[in-house]
Amino acid sequence: MTSSGASNEAGAVVPPSGPDDTPAVMTPVLTRRWASPQSWSIATYRKLDGYTALAAALKTEPGRLVELMKNSGLRGRGGAGFPTGLKWSFLPPPDGKPRYLVVNADEGEPGTCKDIPLMMADPHSLIEGCIITCYAIGSQLAAIYVRGEAVQAMRRVAQAVREAKERGFLGKNILGSGFDCEIIVHAGAGAYICGEETALLDSLEGLRGQPRLKPPFPAVAGLYARPTVVNNVETIASVPVIVAGGSDWYRQMGTEKSPGPKIFSLSGHVTRPGQYEAPMGTTLRQLLAAAGGMKDGIPLKFFTPGGSSTPIFTPAQLDVPLSFDDVAAAGSMLGTTALMCFNETVSVPWAVWKWLEFYKHESCGKCTPCREGTWWLAQVLRRVVSGRGVMADLDTLTDAASNIFGRAFCALGDGAATPVTSAFLHFRSEFEDLVTGRTPPVIGTRELVGAH
Amino acid sequence: MSVDVPAGQSRADAESNIPVPNQRLGIPEFLYTGTVFDEVTRGQTEEIIAKYPQQRSALLPLLHLVQSVEGFVSADGIAFCADRLNLTIAEVEAVATFYTMYKREPCGQHLVSVCTNALCAVLGGDAILSRLSGHLGIGPDETAGEPGTEGSITLEHAECLAACDHGPVVTVNYEYYDNQTPESALELVTELQAGRKPHPTRGAPLTDFRTTEREIAGIFSDLADQVNAPTASEETLRGNEIADRLRQTAPSMPESYEMPPLPERK
Ligand SMILES: Cc1cc2nc3c(=O)[nH]c(=O)nc-3n(C[C@H](O)[C@H](O)[C@H](O)COP(=O)(O)O)c2cc1C
Ligand code: SF4
Ligand code: FES
Repeated sequence: MTSSGASNEAGAVVPPSGPDDTPAVMTPVLTRRWASPQSWSIATYRKLDGYTALAAALKTEPGRLVELMKNSGLRGRGGAGFPTGLKWSFLPPPDGKPRYLVVNADEGEPGTCKDIPLMMADPHSLIEGCIITCYAIGSQLAAIYVRGEAVQAMRRVAQAVREAKERGFLGKNILGSGFDCEIIVHAGAGAYICGEETALLDSLEGLRGQPRLKPPFPAVAGLYARPTVVNNVETIASVPVIVAGGSDWYRQMGTEKSPGPKIFSLSGHVTRPGQYEAPMGTTLRQLLAAAGGMKDGIPLKFFTPGGSSTPIFTPAQLDVPLSFDDVAAAGSMLGTTALMCFNETVSVPWAVWKWLEFYKHESCGKCTPCREGTWWLAQVLRRVVSGRGVMADLDTLTDAASNIFGRAFCALGDGAATPVTSAFLHFRSEFEDLVTGRTPPVIGTRELVGAH
Repeated sequence: MSVDVPAGQSRADAESNIPVPNQRLGIPEFLYTGTVFDEVTRGQTEEIIAKYPQQRSALLPLLHLVQSVEGFVSADGIAFCADRLNLTIAEVEAVATFYTMYKREPCGQHLVSVCTNALCAVLGGDAILSRLSGHLGIGPDETAGEPGTEGSITLEHAECLAACDHGPVVTVNYEYYDNQTPESALELVTELQAGRKPHPTRGAPLTDFRTTEREIAGIFSDLADQVNAPTASEETLRGNEIADRLRQTAPSMPESYEMPPLPERK
């Protein structure tokens, strides 16, 4: 692919010979039905090849489907990028008792806005993916854990389940194969931490959504302590196309170590924010070129490659290929490809404060570094942005952040420390200027009262 | 529903066996309403429980169902869930206090949520919240008007609503109103107060907080109709629009391919 050639065979970053500002080339795969009339209906889905991959999959030995997924190189789209086929292969051999697929549709990482549009526009691709995955891993029940607020997505998915059942794609003896499968659509209740896979399982069991100690991993003891695969919506929706096209086809897109197309979510000060499906390894510069550039021509100041929990990048990283390894090599994480773009008018300390208020609110309280640390970070940041900070506050911030990072029970804590450390790396002087008074306070005391 | 206890006040119900919840530091206790959950609700409860391999999994949906009846979670709602699922009051309370969507005070006819996470805030979310708050004369997590009556509104700030490409975002009963300004949001709220229901930008026709909560609990009516409400916004279809205009496609799939063999046993 033209737009993904920036990493070599070994996946190492090749320094760009000069900024490539040719617009990203779209490769609609997961999004290809989105613009069709009634794209969510089973009629449209079937007209556009829907449920043909399922028919093929049911004629294949389950273990070979797992191999296919491994060969495709598909990596989880929920943030961590774990190889999907490998995850499936971790399940112990069938013992005749239940095992489960749980789909993570709790989309809540700030900036992330791809799974809900996917479920609204093409719910059947998720349903077909669930059925094939269940078949491949020997499960007869999938639960889709949908973020509680996403009510229209929930309706579309629930209706898709009904339609699939009416047509015999779900239920008993699917397409005469002897395979049975059911899908439960389950609503969360507003807790970001429930996106963390083990907290999600606890939540699905009717408990407070707090992370579990790992090991045991869900593959061994997940839902109801039974072997469970947890995958993101976009991951599972990729399964039918990989079955339909094969792994060689899939690998024609993306980079060697991050194959396939990816839904990039552009938001913020962008002329045309939205969802852009392009090969893995596309750069933000190319995506921005496709999106009409920065809004009103005001230059980019910083962006997140994959949500607020991923270290922020500056325009110096505009040419980093957006693949798991390239972004990691450049010091951040691909996360959920939630590209929040902030222009030069935005105060970095202010944005970091807003994010910390979020982490403070969403910290589940299970471990001390995160529960106490996010609280202190938010307080101190609030003082700094309101112009009442002292120099020692800046040390407190870096200190507290480094005390959370690596010491928290789950990745939420690390994610909370990340905006602070990455902002200090690139923009420390902005914090200092707020303390010394070189720049005026970003928020007044009056505003402080209302917002949080 | 009996309303002999004024909303916002609590007391031990001498007639019931429900223990008085402990007053905990900073956490309002659950209010007593004397609500009796009727046959319809009980039927829906059974329907929800039957979906799951283990009944405790029904707790989150049941708490949503309680909100569909009461507009919030009361002590009676807690007791109802505990009773149906064979749990203790404490077990249900622990869950009800954990999740943001469970409200402990009666909500208005509509729940208006304004995203004030960094991205939306910088695009105007903070300004929207303060404009609405000024207009309604209430702070976040407060209700303007008598809860439950037509035009009453509970205002809250929300964290990222997974619609950042449509920011700043407001939701009413969790239906999206995208790309808002302080002015458009004010107009929206004024309409709601007047008893009207402007159509969401993406989502089904607006109902009210309780009706939506019933759907979130998994009890749908008219699902086939409701899914037909439009959601394909410009933002969602940006990539499609380019691909269409410039005739860009993914590589075409091969006619057939060789499915990989099973790995050799180690
Ligand atoms: C705090 C936190 C929130 C998360 N939220 C989500 C989420 O909303 N959706 C998601 O798919 N994964 C989320 N994850 C990642 C999941 O734990 C898990 O890695 C993922 O669902 C696995 O699916 P995948 O392999 O298909 O990516 C979150 C992780 C953390 C630590
Ligand atoms: S890091 Fe935060 S969210 Fe994760 S377990 Fe600890 S307190 Fe809970
Ligand atoms: S930041 Fe407002 S919807 Fe994501």
